[in-house]
Amino acid sequence: MPALTDLLFYGFAGLALLFGFLCVANPLSRNPVTSAMFLVLTICSLAGLFVLLNAFFLAAVQVLVYAGAVMVLFLFVIMLLDLKEEERRKLNKVALGAGTVAVAVIAGILIRAVTSAKPAADKLVEGTTKPLGRILFTEYLLPFEILSLLLLVAMVGVILLSKKELK
Amino acid sequence: MSLTPGLHHFLVVSALLFSLGLLGVLARRNLLVIYMGLELMLNAANLALVAFSRFNANLNGQVMVFFIITVAAAEVAVGLALIVALYRKRQSAHVEDLTSLKL
Repeated sequence: MPALTDLLFYGFAGLALLFGFLCVANPLSRNPVTSAMFLVLTICSLAGLFVLLNAFFLAAVQVLVYAGAVMVLFLFVIMLLDLKEEERRKLNKVALGAGTVAVAVIAGILIRAVTSAKPAADKLVEGTTKPLGRILFTEYLLPFEILSLLLLVAMVGVILLSKKELK
Repeated sequence: MSLTPGLHHFLVVSALLFSLGLLGVLARRNLLVIYMGLELMLNAANLALVAFSRFNANLNGQVMVFFIITVAAAEVAVGLALIVALYRKRQSAHVEDLTSLKL
């Protein structure tokens, strides 16, 4: 009789892979909005896997930042661009075949390499806010501050890029 | 391989998710969907890092994932601004229409 967490792992992993496939290669719809919606579902399933890995803070950040902010940005741009006519184009069959073969080979190699590895020792670590915040503001204080600078630079760059005429 | 999820299982899921993202980047022709494939690959790497962090009892991996999420957010903002600027100039977000560098 498998434990509940085992079943949850297989459920979330299966959902993440299914939604990920529907995001990149949906056989029914090639609309970017559909892809974006399936990407949201993939990210939420990954947040579930993070919870199973005791990374509670990262699961919350994943839902807030990725499924919230980043995907809203994606949908906003999709609606701004009005990509209706893109749907009618036919798929490049050669590229799809070559891509599928390459990806299948890479996936096979990765799975083989991973399954032949030795099992890791099962130690427990809890990624809650307190230990993560402590390590973030002591050991990783300088990268953290540099990251804030990076966000500022990205913000200025985006504002400059979105201006009507670049001087 | 046992059925109880260990490091192996999470790494297999991560590898498959990475391959799916790669397939999206290779096969799709819409710039926005290519970007979503990139996001999928970043998320697969995040899952691998969190799994390593959990099974080695080391929080550094999770801090790395925190940084990756932040950098990915900045990258998405800049990339989407570039796509919008490109669309204004060429009226297309399709990679097959962007061939001015082709010989």
